[in-house]
Amino acid sequence: MASLFEASAAATPARRRRPLPAYVIILMVIGAVLVLNALLAPWLAPFDPDTTRLLRRLRPPSWLGGPSESWFGTDQLGRDLLSRCIYGLRTSLGIALVGTLIGCAVGTTIGLISGYLGRAVDTVLMMLVDIQIALPYLLLVLVGIAVLGTDLSVLILLISLHSWENYARLVRGQVLAVRALPYIEASEALGASTIRILFRHVLPNIASPLLVMLTLNFPAILLLESSLSFLGIGVQPPTASLGRMVGEGRHQMLAAWWLVVAPAALILMVTLTAQLLGDWLRDRLDVKTEK
Amino acid sequence: MLRYLAGKGFRSVLTVFAVLLITFVAARISGNPFQFLYDDGLTQEEQAALDQEFGLDRPWPAQFVSYLGQIARGNFGRSIAQRRPVVHLYAEAIGPTLRLAALSFLATVAIGLPLGLTAALARHSALGVAAMGVAFVGYAVPHFLLAIILILIFSFYLNWLPSIGSETWWHFIMPTITLSAGLIAAIARYLRGEMLGVLSQDFVRTARAKGLPESMVIGKHAVRNALIPVITVLGLKFNGLVSGSLIVETVFSFQGVGQIFIGSVQLRDYPVLQFGVIAFALTVVVVNFLVDALYAVVDPRVRRSG
Repeated sequence: MASLFEASAAATPARRRRPLPAYVIILMVIGAVLVLNALLAPWLAPFDPDTTRLLRRLRPPSWLGGPSESWFGTDQLGRDLLSRCIYGLRTSLGIALVGTLIGCAVGTTIGLISGYLGRAVDTVLMMLVDIQIALPYLLLVLVGIAVLGTDLSVLILLISLHSWENYARLVRGQVLAVRALPYIEASEALGASTIRILFRHVLPNIASPLLVMLTLNFPAILLLESSLSFLGIGVQPPTASLGRMVGEGRHQMLAAWWLVVAPAALILMVTLTAQLLGDWLRDRLDVKTEK
Repeated sequence: MLRYLAGKGFRSVLTVFAVLLITFVAARISGNPFQFLYDDGLTQEEQAALDQEFGLDRPWPAQFVSYLGQIARGNFGRSIAQRRPVVHLYAEAIGPTLRLAALSFLATVAIGLPLGLTAALARHSALGVAAMGVAFVGYAVPHFLLAIILILIFSFYLNWLPSIGSETWWHFIMPTITLSAGLIAAIARYLRGEMLGVLSQDFVRTARAKGLPESMVIGKHAVRNALIPVITVLGLKFNGLVSGSLIVETVFSFQGVGQIFIGSVQLRDYPVLQFGVIAFALTVVVVNFLVDALYAVVDPRVRRSG
């Protein structure tokens, strides 16, 4: 741990001068375009995503001889695929973002408390982590939906439960390493409250591994939402979600491959972009992950 | 050493117990099986008779205690939906699931380790970059997408492989690729990182300085040290592997354990559900325990700090 700090302190001046690599700029532009698409969905989408037009079912994309107003073609209910993709992106990005942030906040808080207070609190909280790991996650989701309903907020809650234990373990380990340092002892001696020490002194010190984990966790959460929606237990119809569109489209795969390819390509674009940016950030901040 | 493992063991048992308790209560909160089995409705008498037959009329704590007594004697009860012993249901489905798991594990080790080593040792050449590229794509593509892409190409366009079922070895090719791709990528990425870290350490420089051939330096000094944390990662990925196999079973219409488990959740078939959870939790705990034990054996520092 100490060597990590020394290394990053020594490398800081050189790093400031280094310009962003070209691929990172391209990734950031792609990411920005995707996010803007999601944010501006109501203005960008050419049609309402949920309006069905049964006379225009399963039309191919316009450049493959389909109707000229549907660039990506139409789905099994005659809905405009491009509009659904844009709205699906909005749904998936939104859920993944909120889910990631909640999971991070919960996990970080638990990790901070567990690592700093130690003793019985630590034992109990780490027991919770063990339970979470030994509990089949899909069971948690299925039972959660059965008890609480299929509302979107329930889904977000369940999704945010997915990786809190990773944050908790990471933060706890970091806290254990940091709290032995003299300056923590000094602020304790000066009479700072536990909360102040945790949030003013400990948290900033463990920000970079946390940030890296957050970035790398985001695509994982997005894939989780897509997988759940793909299985039909995530976002409920008629709301468009990228995973659900792949799941529904796969039954028509032979007749209308674009139903699967368009949302699948979008999912890949989002996750690859987020993953590459996360990897770059990790290398830049010199953080070790996956422990 | 023994004390360290005993402590871990006790915690593991406690964890499985807690998981079982949570499942037991949550399943009962989420609904009664007979409401799902007979969706056109039951009279109160019929419901009461059925509840009594399966012991569901007693208070939950009493049910839990007698369930614990039952499983202590190795009796996991009967499926409520199928009225057959739970163990038989799972025994019939375990074959394809185990085969898939074993194949995926083999593929992970046989492809992931060389891929990671190549990426680390040849990191400045096109080969290393290509290895990392392959690993990266495998990491970012979700199971269900990979499965669908494979089906599109190999079943629909090329017509080489069957897209559903689990009868012949041919059926296992695409599911194995789907399930192991992410793991291969994870192992390769992690091994590469560890190798780069180890290769820059003093003892490697010493080994080179005392004139050992490069194959000895890599094979004996570097790889061994880099592999230790990789074991841990394999253990941690286990939970993901199980949920991945649930998706793979769904997409490829495998009649495996996952299908039985999902069905039992949907029908609130408590005994089947509980057995699935116990089996899962036990496997996770045993895998983690083995990883810990292996770790303690390989790395003496863990024993002292544990």
